[in-house]
Amino acid sequence: MLHTFVALVEDKPGVLTRVASLFRRLNINIISLTVGRSERPGVSRMSIVAEAPAGAGHRIKASLFKLESVFDVDDVGQLQCVTRELALIKVAATPQSRAQIFQLSEIFRARIVDLAPESMMLEITGAASKIEGLIQVLNEGDNQILEIARTGRMVMRRGQHTSHVLEAFQLSQPEDEPIIPLTAEKGSENLDVISGDPNHPM
Amino acid sequence: MPSQPVSSAAPHTKQLTGAEIVWATLTGEGVRTVFGYPGGAILPIYDALRKYPIHHVLVRHEQGAAHMADGYARASGEVGVAVATSGPGATNLVTGIATAMLDSVPMVCITGQISSKLLGTDAFQEVDITGITLPITKHNFIVTKSEDIGPVLRRAFSIARTGRPGPVLVDITKDAQQGLADFNFEACAPQPHRPHPMLSAENEAVSEAIDLILNAQRPILLVGHGALESGATDQLITLAERLHIPVASTLLGLGAIPASHDLSLGMMGMHGEAWVNQAIQQSDLLIACGMRFDDRVTGALTSYAPNAKKIHIEIDPSEISKNVKADVALIGDLKEILETILPRLAPRKDQSWVKAVNALKGVAAVRDIKNLPDSGHLYAAHVIHDLWRATAGKAIVVTDVGQHQMWEAQYYKHDAPRSLITSGGLGTMGFALPAAIGAKMARPDDEIWVIAGDGGFQMTASELSTLVQEKLKINIAVINNGFLGMVRQWQEFMYESNYACSPILSPDFVKLADAHGVPGATVRTRGEVAAAVKAAREADGPFLINFLVEKEDAVYPMVGPGAALDEMIRRPANGHNPLLETSEEP
Ligand SMILES: Cc1ncc(C[n+]2csc(CCOP(=O)(O)OP(=O)(O)O)c2C)c(N)n1
Repeated sequence: MLHTFVALVEDKPGVLTRVASLFRRLNINIISLTVGRSERPGVSRMSIVAEAPAGAGHRIKASLFKLESVFDVDDVGQLQCVTRELALIKVAATPQSRAQIFQLSEIFRARIVDLAPESMMLEITGAASKIEGLIQVLNEGDNQILEIARTGRMVMRRGQHTSHVLEAFQLSQPEDEPIIPLTAEKGSENLDVISGDPNHPM
Repeated sequence: MPSQPVSSAAPHTKQLTGAEIVWATLTGEGVRTVFGYPGGAILPIYDALRKYPIHHVLVRHEQGAAHMADGYARASGEVGVAVATSGPGATNLVTGIATAMLDSVPMVCITGQISSKLLGTDAFQEVDITGITLPITKHNFIVTKSEDIGPVLRRAFSIARTGRPGPVLVDITKDAQQGLADFNFEACAPQPHRPHPMLSAENEAVSEAIDLILNAQRPILLVGHGALESGATDQLITLAERLHIPVASTLLGLGAIPASHDLSLGMMGMHGEAWVNQAIQQSDLLIACGMRFDDRVTGALTSYAPNAKKIHIEIDPSEISKNVKADVALIGDLKEILETILPRLAPRKDQSWVKAVNALKGVAAVRDIKNLPDSGHLYAAHVIHDLWRATAGKAIVVTDVGQHQMWEAQYYKHDAPRSLITSGGLGTMGFALPAAIGAKMARPDDEIWVIAGDGGFQMTASELSTLVQEKLKINIAVINNGFLGMVRQWQEFMYESNYACSPILSPDFVKLADAHGVPGATVRTRGEVAAAVKAAREADGPFLINFLVEKEDAVYPMVGPGAALDEMIRRPANGHNPLLETSEEP
């Protein structure tokens, strides 16, 4: 069964190793792991998807908590979440076949981000199933896929929920230190990409 | 170069070298003794030692330093400290760190590291010790800046002793040791430990636990190392007495309640007494207190205590339902949790379960060492029994790993917490002698006995020299059977007595002791035991007794690997049965 965890961790060298090493020790395969900055300086956010027996969630979560570098863990597998993945797909394309790929990307709400004489690059954001859908259709349509790069899943709970640690941080925070608002930093070029339509049917 | 207070930022702020900050922080944390071995990458730290009131025990191998720090911690409940240089010094610590990790022992290891500018270049004696020890430490740090040393070390102490204790390693680069930084002990205090969101004994769970306890007909308390760490002895005794609940102990839980207590059953598990394992299998409620249902304790999980509900009181949430599914989990400090539930538990009158369990004991009593005649052979079980009598059960016994360790657990009756020091989770041979040195440093007024096998003793026998250099009074009993005894036993039971590589030649241990200026005696018969033990106890300094015991004796009962807990291999009733053959001198 797939388990999904969101972990807020110290933004320091070696923290990724500690988290990854834990899964290695438990002999659990990580399907995807994405790391990036969170809304707080010094805190990174990880979305971890792992294949493990149904009952293993509690133990994985508890073990993640034991890592000193982990501030908070949420087992979001059963919760209302928005899950997104970004993929870049490079397809062989001649001037003749381009039109068909344009059409496909339209249907999948993918974007063409590069066009070369013999290839095109598509950018697609969505649930993993949507990305897999596009890949499948491309394959079936005899379009040779040259390269695929996928980010792995990113997850966020729907609604008002905020992680415990941030609540705790806010309580202990001296008042003059502002809480960074939940928007991307300046210069974050990919902002538009991540804001895909959450209710997209695919 | 004496350090001078320069900074005026805060009243207690001084400018110190990183090396000085190490010792100043340790002093502030209350450390008076460290165990270590110098080398190039840690020389600045050694150079600064003379300015601080800390005693350094020079070991003979860094594994010894880690075991000494571990023994110190287990005997005292304080954080033990080991120090080593980079590269081979650091890697030599590894076995000792893993030993402490598996038994949740609070320890801080400080290693020197090559200068930060050279990190990652395979410079002389560079090793990635934080990488190596990542899975065997509770946490580790690499420090490359002098100003970080104080805060990191204080955090290391806090992590080592908070919650479920464990070892923490701090790797300090040479340039960080040499650089100057402002130091103020108070200002280095770590943030209060983040609250563990899963750490809660919810009211509902407490009520469920109380219901289960009040309704149980055949409850048993299972007591582990957590009971010692939490200091819950009194609460456990109150609970046991109030409801007449027999108490079984893990190897590391021995001493948490006195062995002489009427309700104490003794050790459970692979070499637990028959009645203990039988009682567990018959029980309808297991109240597990600070123990983790290790495979050495449960036998086959599928058939473990089949009719029992399980209440698991444990500080580490990741232990809940790891091996045995908990019906009710109370997560938190054992003592606090027991204090919450005790007021809600009314005394019980019915003692029929205790009587039934005691009847199981009676059946085994025929095999009891005290009831049997002597045949002239020397058996390890007798040696340990006699040692227990001679020391009135008051010594701190530090064992190695193997058959003698199990016999110790069976026959030395521990009445006090922290009076048995042994490597349980990792089962590290070579642990006993260095750990005993650590224990003696922590508790200089206590009588300390090492009990080790001829195999394990040779793994760290070089620490005899440390013992002498430190002028410590420790008595050593080598249980010498000419074999790696426990391996031989498994080969006898499971590999058709193919004793592959288990016979072991030893030096004459008494001569070895003599070479260190340590007196000793060799004992071949039961009759000589008492006199030798007396001589050892009366000697001013250390004393070694080489007990030449029966070569092919086995530890009984034994739950074979994968067998149910009550499927025990018992001592054969006829034939080779030392307990039938021998007994105490009248
Ligand atoms: C470092 C280490 N290596 C190997 C083992 C496996 N092992 C467990 S018990 C044992 C035999 C111990 O023999 P000895 O020290 O003579 O004690 P005895 O069992 O005879 O009492 C061995 C080799 C171990 N526990 N630790």
